[in-house]
Amino acid sequence: MEESSRRTFLKLAGFSALGLGAKPVLDAFASSGGVQSKPMVMKGEKALQAKRWALVIDTRKFKSEKDLEPMIEVCHKIHNVPKLENKRHEIKWLWTEEFKHIFSSQTHDFLDERVKDLPFLTLCNHCEKPACVRACPTKATFKRADGIVLMDFHRCIGCRFCMAACPYGSRSFNFRDPRPFIKETNLKFPTRMKGVVEKCNFCAERLAVGKIPACVEVSKGALAFGDLGDSKSKVRELLSSNFTIRRKPALGAGPSVFYIV
Amino acid sequence: MPKKKMYDRGKVFAGLAVFVVLLIFPFLLNLGKAAPAPELKLSDKAKAAKECVESKAYMTANHMQLLNEWRETVVRNAQRVYVNSSGKKFEMSLSNTCLDCHTEKAEFCDKCHNYAAVTPYCWDCHVDPKETM
Repeated sequence: MEESSRRTFLKLAGFSALGLGAKPVLDAFASSGGVQSKPMVMKGEKALQAKRWALVIDTRKFKSEKDLEPMIEVCHKIHNVPKLENKRHEIKWLWTEEFKHIFSSQTHDFLDERVKDLPFLTLCNHCEKPACVRACPTKATFKRADGIVLMDFHRCIGCRFCMAACPYGSRSFNFRDPRPFIKETNLKFPTRMKGVVEKCNFCAERLAVGKIPACVEVSKGALAFGDLGDSKSKVRELLSSNFTIRRKPALGAGPSVFYIV
Repeated sequence: MPKKKMYDRGKVFAGLAVFVVLLIFPFLLNLGKAAPAPELKLSDKAKAAKECVESKAYMTANHMQLLNEWRETVVRNAQRVYVNSSGKKFEMSLSNTCLDCHTEKAEFCDKCHNYAAVTPYCWDCHVDPKETM
């Protein structure tokens, strides 16, 4: 009798323990099929997508600095780029240079008159193999899947390694608080703070809502923007029908900005 | 055991008393004057919307983590649309979505941040339309 009562006690205790242990498991199963779903993130429906974005600049359509001004103006306006008169503090996303400066390895003393004095539009080349990305110690600058080389200002520590690495001088450093030097702030776009590097972003914020870059939009057809991975795109069409050059090709950075000279 | 005599007994205790009073002086001074938790003023638009991108309790406790995730996904993953737990879509943007509803940054963000003595650096770059105009 004593023996068997001990046995029954143990049996009972065992079953109770099993029951207690099973409850949380059953609860978890019951709640997983609930109505409440987890929040998600996604791309906008109108977002433009590409394998590798590129820009083709038809310099034959430009005569003087005046033709380029509207593009620079719209770019700097919508991106809250400050205007600093001091050359050493200057911030530029899109600007002009002479042929001999931007194509320093392709120039000579006997350039034709048109090209010699023509201002060339210059910007970040959104390289295939960007040196700035390799140099950045915090991954503040990175290459997106669609080829755009972007800045994450949240992460930039202002070390300027990227500026030293960039062979095209496409990057500017905020030596001063840029806000007092922005004439009209575009409320839809953030400004930058003192101590970060900035550059052209190929209008990533516009591509996300289905718009092409602002400079292309106001270029009256002189600039073409498109996907290098799509053989039927406007840029591929232009590249296959015109002779184009890129800046400092020997460096192997693989710029995505092409010039028809 | 021989009885030990304490020298300058009066001065020692007086000194101790002064020391203790000095030590707790800041607490005595502020006794019963604890700053009350700020009451946040919701803008009319926020009141009309009733619910933020997530529930109020979640937003109060976790808005900083949410914003952190937003900036990561927008900038680095190029995903700009947030679909909340009930399936509603929002553009992930501090200036354009959050401040569109919470129009009074000074009455909403700043009030609480000042109370909690936190200084988030969002506004070094992100624009508050009211402050820039």
